[in-house]
Amino acid sequence: MTCDATGVIAAIRSAAAVVDEHRDELVDLDREIGDADHGENLKRGFTAVLSKLDNAGDTPGAVLKVVASTLISTVGGAAGPLYGTAFLRAAAKLGTTGTLTPESVVDALDAALEGVVARGKAEAGDKTMVDALTPAVAAARAASGSVADVLKAAADAADQGAQDTVPLVARKGRASYLGERSAGHMDPGARSTALLLRAFADAAQGATP
Amino acid sequence: MKKIINDPSTVVEESLRGLAAAHGDILKVRTEPAVIYRADAPVTGKVAVISGGGSGHEPLHGGFVGLGMLDAAAPGPVFTSPTPDQVQAAVEHVDGGAGVLLIVKNYTGDVLNFETAAEFASADGVDVRTVVIDDDVAVKDSLYTAGRRGVGGTALLEKIVGGAAEGGYNLDECEALARRVIASVRSMGVALTACTVPHVGEPSFVLEDDEIEIGIGIHGEPGRRRVPHQPADQLVRTLLDPVLEDLPFASGDRVLLFTNSMGGTPLVELYLAHGIAERLLAERGITVERRLVGPYVTSLEMQGMSLTVLKVDDEMLRWWDAPVRTAALRWGA
Repeated sequence: MTCDATGVIAAIRSAAAVVDEHRDELVDLDREIGDADHGENLKRGFTAVLSKLDNAGDTPGAVLKVVASTLISTVGGAAGPLYGTAFLRAAAKLGTTGTLTPESVVDALDAALEGVVARGKAEAGDKTMVDALTPAVAAARAASGSVADVLKAAADAADQGAQDTVPLVARKGRASYLGERSAGHMDPGARSTALLLRAFADAAQGATP
Repeated sequence: MKKIINDPSTVVEESLRGLAAAHGDILKVRTEPAVIYRADAPVTGKVAVISGGGSGHEPLHGGFVGLGMLDAAAPGPVFTSPTPDQVQAAVEHVDGGAGVLLIVKNYTGDVLNFETAAEFASADGVDVRTVVIDDDVAVKDSLYTAGRRGVGGTALLEKIVGGAAEGGYNLDECEALARRVIASVRSMGVALTACTVPHVGEPSFVLEDDEIEIGIGIHGEPGRRRVPHQPADQLVRTLLDPVLEDLPFASGDRVLLFTNSMGGTPLVELYLAHGIAERLLAERGITVERRLVGPYVTSLEMQGMSLTVLKVDDEMLRWWDAPVRTAALRWGA
């Protein structure tokens, strides 16, 4: 993978494949504490994204903007506006730059997190995707090396963050209706965030710089 | 899973086609993005009332599109909120120049998607107001939840505000009336069985033969607690007591009582329960001024019911009684 628009398109394609592969797992997680639609909704969204990637743009930012608007108009649920906002803010942060650097990736991840927090009003510990994204941004910022290294650090931290949602009692989203009964289950949004970051990290392996 | 469907992914689209075929004199349906709107829209000079939400709650909301109720409804996939472009398309179809009132049930997804759509519509110069209904007393309204859910009260809100909009209320008046209805209505539901979302293929939760789930929402999500099944007298009390204590309703209050089936409970049981609720309210000195009994805010094929009590005044009764002509509610027109 390269670190230009072509590379980003390839990374989004692998993310779509990962979402497809884990659709049932996300549905099952959501059935435990939500309404069993998260995997289906994301799959529908990323399938729509795939159909728009060929002419998505010639900068990483332009590609991510297409991803954002497609997710907003196809996913529904809370995940549509939240992931849409995440990709939109990341795209805005990257601006018209043609090539990703480790620093710009960290800044884009940070902007995505800020957008999700602003839209969804969740904080760390509420048992949401913020619990995967917050440690991911921190780890990415602390990491050194290539874009791939930064994304790998983010993905590792997001995995751990998603794991750490298991004992939490949900305070936002549909799982919050369950109160104490939401504890003991991984948050499906945190899980999907970890999956997406892992897909990006894997796609970036071997990328330059 | 046994359902009268072809393919889980086309359930909503095919159902909308049937709705349009059955009620072409009242409503029209467009696709990509999907919107159900009044056949005579836009009604010039009238406040447009728009709602929407996941499918699977029929007749809510599409069955309430028509004269005296909703101008448009944005149907999402089953149990999933519609997307902002659907709501924007609804606004474009029915905006009659007097502003748009969005009625949103309080779920994170619905609120976020309608919020996004309202931002876009406002940017286009449309006067858009949003009211969020949260009548379900089963959920604790606290900093630690997403807040109460919008359930049965939504049907009453759409009728009353839709009637007022048809009767000439301006946007400020419609919004104020809507907020008053929301502040005066409370609901509580119970499930005897779970429901099966088509694209999931298995029940959302499992109840043993002798168990019921108290405090369910309308998306197959589990409720607050699971208790042994109980006789109707006791069950109706279990639902009604927290509703009445919450507002609270008091002796001398005038109310609209809405006994709602979650989809799978037959009318013979629903009327039985309704009769008990009427008796319990009379015992408390609460006067039932109007009633609605039937499956209006459903959760697919779930067996169960909800009780909604709205504390009414003359203004609310006037617009409740006003003519309505929709697929699901018709009187006076």
